[in-house]
Formats: sequence, C-alpha cells, structure tokens
Amino acid sequence: MSGPRRDPDLVRPYVRTDGRVRAHPDVRLETVVLAASGPSAGLGADARAVMGLFDRAGGGGLAVADIAAALEFPPSAVRIIVSSLIDEGLLTRPVPAGAGQPETDLLQEVLRGLRALV
Amino acid sequence: MVSAPSSDGLIYVPPGVTRSAKIVISGSFGVGKTTFVGSVSQIPPLRMEERITQASAGVDDLARAPRKTTTTVGLDFGRLHLSDALVLYLFGTPGQDRFRPLWAGLTEGALGALVLVDTRNLEASFEILALHEAQGTPYAVAVNLFDGAPYYQLDEIRQALDLDPETPLTTCDAREGGSGVLALITLCEYLSHQHAPAHAPAHASVLEPRP
Repeated sequence: MSGPRRDPDLVRPYVRTDGRVRAHPDVRLETVVLAASGPSAGLGADARAVMGLFDRAGGGGLAVADIAAALEFPPSAVRIIVSSLIDEGLLTRPVPAGAGQPETDLLQEVLRGLRALV
Repeated sequence: MVSAPSSDGLIYVPPGVTRSAKIVISGSFGVGKTTFVGSVSQIPPLRMEERITQASAGVDDLARAPRKTTTTVGLDFGRLHLSDALVLYLFGTPGQDRFRPLWAGLTEGALGALVLVDTRNLEASFEILALHEAQGTPYAVAVNLFDGAPYYQLDEIRQALDLDPETPLTTCDAREGGSGVLALITLCEYLSHQHAPAHAPAHASVLEPRP
C-alpha cells in the first residue's frame, strides 16, 4: 500500500453513527433519555449496544454521559447516536409531570436540592 | 433516592426524573477536581474517554511522534439525585491546555462552573478563569485546602486572581462531600442572584413624562 493510510480512529465515529455527523444541539452530556418502544430492526451495532443498556432499566433513564461511560464510547459519538435514536423513536426524553404548566426555575430547584443535603 | 446498581454496575436515573442540570468542576491540573467529583457524587464516579485530534506541532510530548495526532482524554463525572424529579451532573474538566477543544461540549448548557484553586499554584488558574470568561460561563472559585498548603487571607487570593468583586470566593476540602456541597451552594446562590435582575421589570417608566 502506498501513501499514508487515514487514521482509523478518525473514520470510526462516522461509521459508528451511520454517517450522521451532528447531534441535536439540545442532546448534551447530561441529557437523560429513556427507552421507548419501536421497531429496532436494522440498527447498527453501536446503536444496538446503546439500546441494550436499557434492557434492565425498568423505566429508569441514562444520561448521554452514563451511556458513554458504560460502553466506553466517546461522548461525542454517543450524542450523535442518541440523537438518531430519538429521531427514530427508540429513545425518548422524559416528559415533566405537570407538562403544559410553567416549569419552576431549574436553578432554584438545584439550590433547594443541594441545601437539603447539608 | 439512589437505586441499587444493576448487575453490570449501571445505576439508572430513577423513573420520574424529568430534569437534569450540569455544573462543571474546573481548575488546573492536579487541583483536586477528580477528588471533588468523587466525594460529592452520590453514585460511584464514572469516566468517559473522549478522543481529540490536533496538530502535533509545538505540543511537547507528541513532538517525538509527529504522526500521532489523536489522543484520548479521560473525563470524570458524578451525579446527585436532588429530588424525585431532578438530577445534577458534575463534570470535571481536563486541566491541561491542550485539551481545551473539549471545553465547549462540557460547558455548553452548564448552570455554571466551580473553579478549584491551589494556593501553591495560583498562576495555573489564570487561563482557566480566562477560558470561562471567554465562553461566558459564570463561575465561583473555591480554594481547595490541601494539607500543608500556605494559608492566605481570601482577600489576598482574590487580589492575586484578579477576581471581580461579585465573584464568590470560598474554601473547601475536596475530600469532604459536605464541604463540596457547600461550595456548590455558594456557586448556585451567586447564579441565582445573577439571574434575578433579568426578571425584574424594566425601569423605562422613570423616563416617561408625567401626564
């Protein structure tokens, strides 16, 4: 073989994400997702691995960061895979109980939770 | 409530949690970020591995292997279950300058940053503070009280770091979860004051002519 090979590490994220190169801007490291029911035929190996983490979730969720740590995938790739799985209806974001009502200020809720710990 | 880990060590976010927030724990290399995240987190801290690609020119330890331009960075994080509906994630930022490309993804959407500093090496914090300022991430500073580190008055540290008068400066012991939580409260109180004026009604009426 002549000439430099492309670094396989650079190619892999694109293969891993079926050519999708961008995550949804609001799918971040701390974004929590849940499994939804939907047809999962035809998923790539990495997407299947992500879905497999939810087999025993019992309705619980995982953040993008949790998925990246559990599968030892780069978080940047997980953001993209999760974005695709949301688009395909296989993952969903939790819906607030009082949907439709104005949400309480996130910062105040965090502050209240932290104060309760001390 | 933290649920028990499943057989493969996964600790799920409990059903019913509908919101998540993020705070980044930053600071220079060796300042205690990993320790802080580990002691405050309610689940065993986890680690992600991100790959970054960069030009190797000028980067000392890559200079001997110029063709290798991809490097792996470990990112530590932890989680607090703050209520039935809310989880807080804490992410440690990599301290070294060359891992800077990762910062955007870490700080994006964060409530704010807690910058840990070490009195034995305050200068190392300058670039961290500058980065947060450039990215518009609000921050508080906590002096990590290392055993045997020289003690300075907070005023002196504030001056040495050239902090704005309103930027909170506190102390903590990164090994003590309770101490870390107090530092996070200091940060969040500051953030909440910062947000408050935005909700206040505009004061345009002052300029309106009286009838």
